[in-house]
Amino acid sequence: MAERKIRIMVAKPGLDGHDRGARVLARCFRDAGFEVIYTGCHQTPEQIAASAIQEDVDVVGLSCLSGAHRYLFPAVVKLLKEKNADDISVIGGGIIPDQDFKALYDAGIKAIFTPGATLDSIVEWINTNIKPRN
Amino acid sequence: MEIGKKIKAGDVRAASRLIRNIEDSIPEAKSTIKHIFPFTGKAHVVGITGSPGAGKSTIVDGLIESTRKEEKTVGVLAVDPTSPFTGGAILGDRIRMQRHAEDPGVFVRSLATRGSLGGLSKAVGDAIHVLDAMGKDLILVETVGTGQQEVEIINHAHTVIVVLVPGMGDEIQAIKAGIMEIADIFVINKADREGAGKLQRELMAVLDMSPIPPGGWRPPILSIGNAFDPVEFERGIEAITKNVHDHYEHLIKTNLIGDRVRRKTRHELNEALRSTILEPIMKLLVTSGELDRMIDALQRKESDPYTIAEDVARKYLNDCVKF
Repeated sequence: MAERKIRIMVAKPGLDGHDRGARVLARCFRDAGFEVIYTGCHQTPEQIAASAIQEDVDVVGLSCLSGAHRYLFPAVVKLLKEKNADDISVIGGGIIPDQDFKALYDAGIKAIFTPGATLDSIVEWINTNIKPRN
Repeated sequence: MEIGKKIKAGDVRAASRLIRNIEDSIPEAKSTIKHIFPFTGKAHVVGITGSPGAGKSTIVDGLIESTRKEEKTVGVLAVDPTSPFTGGAILGDRIRMQRHAEDPGVFVRSLATRGSLGGLSKAVGDAIHVLDAMGKDLILVETVGTGQQEVEIINHAHTVIVVLVPGMGDEIQAIKAGIMEIADIFVINKADREGAGKLQRELMAVLDMSPIPPGGWRPPILSIGNAFDPVEFERGIEAITKNVHDHYEHLIKTNLIGDRVRRKTRHELNEALRSTILEPIMKLLVTSGELDRMIDALQRKESDPYTIAEDVARKYLNDCVKF
């Protein structure tokens, strides 16, 4: 019987090996009933965009603690757009200063979660805003 | 048929979307499969199975690399388990294969089991067709981490690689039925660990006892020591690659490929019959609430499962079924 399931990719772009948060989130998304594709650390935006398309995910969650989010997050959005895949939403999280939010939203990042965001609030945001694509 | 054409042209988006629709049992997916079916059957399908953490994904990564060096294209289907409680899944096999993410000659797709018990996903047969129709030369199917009984891969692959690691049990494990019987190629991974020699001797003893199969292929026992040592890893992968080729040539030379393809085809037809005949009836029973009433009746012991099933068959399959 037909049943759509949310597929989410959790990816860590750039030179940042701190993946505990990403793994906690992956586990939490699993418990929320999503299919979670985890790419591991040290991914280039090109690798992430190509993988998201091969996996046909609904949303990509980027985690970055290194400070390079201003470059890396928009790069993923741009690459997806170039490949006609801008129906895949991109959200991000990590150590992201308030003053960077606007630039990231302007670049097409759909949501940003920083330390203190509860797991429930992230899952709720996804359940509200991401619909499995038809 | 627009999507079918795109897939034959190798369109990654169309292919990954179609695989999604197959997984989600979207009816249109079936009509696309009908369209591409005549263009399938060209790829060499290799299954990689073994216990969790044995190193299946790492070996798949090595095989992608060696196949790309031969200038052939590769499709990978990597299966990981679905939670029986939440329906969610962590699909982590591609972590080991990410160096190939941008290579247009490589397509890696993760699948969740979604309740299938044989070590694969119900969608895997049709997903193989999609990669096949895209023109992939080699299709690698990585099963979930298996125990003893998850042998469904034999219904899909021409060649089965069973990956073992030392220290998994005594010699009785090696003679048990199930996964130890399905290997065309054995790989002992992490062979730098204690117990590798013993495992190798046990496997050889098992193979010595086994009757020679038709065609005479004796599964080779290959080993990889420390896979983090690039030289050692490459040496191991080279041997596996050669044996994968040799096995396929052997199947063709002895005409045994026909048996394997027939087994694959029979399985596929079984599944199609099951889904086409059973699923619409199940859906009807669920949506009408009849299924719940039947369960109630069973719990009150007013009937039994066989009587109810026979009643359903009489009702929906008319005179075709006799009891």
